[in-house]
Amino acid sequence: MTDTEAPGSAGTHLPPADHEFTVRYRSRTRLVLRRFVRHRAAMVSLVVFVLIVLWAFVGPHLWHYSYQKYTPDNSQAPSWKHPFGTNASGYDAYAQVMRGTQTSLKVAILIALGSTAVGAVWGAVAGFYRGVVDAIMMRVADLVLTLPLFAIALVISSRSGGSWYWIAAVIAGLTWAYVSRVVRSTVLSLREKEFVEAARALGASDPWIIFRHLLPNALGPVIVNATVLVATGILTETALSFVGFGVQPPDTSLGLLVSQAQTAVDTRPWLFYIPGFFIIAIALTINFIGDGLRDAFDPRQQRVRQ
Amino acid sequence: MLAYTVRRILVSIPVLIVSTFIVFLVVINSGDPVANFATSRQPAPSQAAVDAFARHIHADQPAAERYWNWITGVLHGDWGPSVQANLDIGHDLFTRFRVTVTLVAASLVIALIMAVIFGVFSAIRQYSAADYAITFFGFLFLAMPVFWFAVLLKQAGIWFNEQTGSQFLGTIGEKSPYLDVDTPWNRFTDHVGHLVLPTITLALVSFASWTRYTRASMLEVLNSDYVRLARAKGLRRGKVLVRHALRTALVPLTTVTALDVAIVLGGAVITETIFQWHGMGEMLVQSAQTVDVYRTMAWLLLSAVVVIGFNLVADLLYAVLDPRIRYD
Repeated sequence: MTDTEAPGSAGTHLPPADHEFTVRYRSRTRLVLRRFVRHRAAMVSLVVFVLIVLWAFVGPHLWHYSYQKYTPDNSQAPSWKHPFGTNASGYDAYAQVMRGTQTSLKVAILIALGSTAVGAVWGAVAGFYRGVVDAIMMRVADLVLTLPLFAIALVISSRSGGSWYWIAAVIAGLTWAYVSRVVRSTVLSLREKEFVEAARALGASDPWIIFRHLLPNALGPVIVNATVLVATGILTETALSFVGFGVQPPDTSLGLLVSQAQTAVDTRPWLFYIPGFFIIAIALTINFIGDGLRDAFDPRQQRVRQ
Repeated sequence: MLAYTVRRILVSIPVLIVSTFIVFLVVINSGDPVANFATSRQPAPSQAAVDAFARHIHADQPAAERYWNWITGVLHGDWGPSVQANLDIGHDLFTRFRVTVTLVAASLVIALIMAVIFGVFSAIRQYSAADYAITFFGFLFLAMPVFWFAVLLKQAGIWFNEQTGSQFLGTIGEKSPYLDVDTPWNRFTDHVGHLVLPTITLALVSFASWTRYTRASMLEVLNSDYVRLARAKGLRRGKVLVRHALRTALVPLTTVTALDVAIVLGGAVITETIFQWHGMGEMLVQSAQTVDVYRTMAWLLLSAVVVIGFNLVADLLYAVLDPRIRYD
């Protein structure tokens, strides 16, 4: 076979860089980004989501009404002065929706970060050590998975006093088990790969292998799951606040705003529809971003080549 | 299969015990009913009364002992004391369960039927306008908060009643407090009328994601060799779709349905709150507000049994749907 080979490709030395058939080396991050950028719905969603985040966090510093300041105008329809109108007590709804979006986003993002961090490490350790450690850790995760998320969150957060980080901690404490399952299954296959064996042969310690080799390679499913968790998080938090067990006044969240406006759907519809649209917009864009990321990390799942 | 069922039920008992114990610890630490009792009354009760109250609700016992007394009591039909005087938790639970079970069952059935119809249609017409429309609405409903949609539906119901001059669509409660003509037929239509809007609300909670699952698994099955073979040997398209493709594609849907039952129960809490039903949702909200440990535990125990039951039924259904799965 070797005597029929073309002289350029013989042996181990690489073909010249300007060779017709060479492909420029691209890092995995670069490839993923390229595929993500080409996903139109995901890119549009990302832009919209970033705009909402910027608006919710920077907006309150620029807007001339505070979310907890009475204005003399009560029950006013949207106008230039109050773009989202005002409620019956005269609060400016624009400032309130901004604050509510900010609180809901803070809770949702903390849920995603918290449960991803705990779940990823939990799943990676279980998958890496297997055996008894795995069995015990996964039974614990299974137990957490059997708990009904909304009911337990409702019972525990009745004690929270409405602080947003406590609500986020309660929900994250119930959702990390999903992440751990996903990460464990990924790590179970990764740990058999040659690069792990190579790392071990070089004398790498267990934590080094877990944190520097296994977790970075399991990043795809972890990130996709984290985005899904932001959507779950915002829907759970707003539902809790709606029923009265989440964020408490004077602070506000999108769920609390909808709850306060539910008796005024006919008379002051702007108070009800606008916060609802923001919840939908956030959850919808997050789901599309998650979809785009999933396709970008794992193009094999796609049927149409892009 | 009977042996398998019995084994599964036996295995789920220790799971139930451990998980209810953890939940019990969480619940007894989620608030302080004794402090509530001592501070929320005017005039303030005496120390002796507070101590008696603590003894009455077993707040003076250590957690493990409390749990043991509770779980053995439940087996004898004693659901423990409530913080409310004269409230029989067992009676309360089952009265409310009867109210909620119609809502949950009706919405599960409707959501499943719709998910199968839309999911299959979407899969066989992949990339058609209808598929895109179904996908779009699927994403929209996935992002839609239940409570927001429920309030909208309630408004629509009120509008409908005003337009037609009828009282058919009930928007408050699970039944009318009294009926003009109290016949069995009137009672039935009154019940159905009150069921319509909450059922639609709750069905839409899970309908969207179940449609996505049905579509995905249906597409996978439709592209498989055995479906192509069934077509190649001359079977009619309809028969292949239903008997060969759909039957296998229902397996993942069964799994997801069983896993999502807890989410549906959570959705029922919100739905019942908005439509002011006196069901299990109200019970959970009230017991969380009053830090009623045993009432909360009764709710959570019943929901855990329901979830475990659904998972068992799902496992048994696999064998019915997919002949390759056998339990010996």
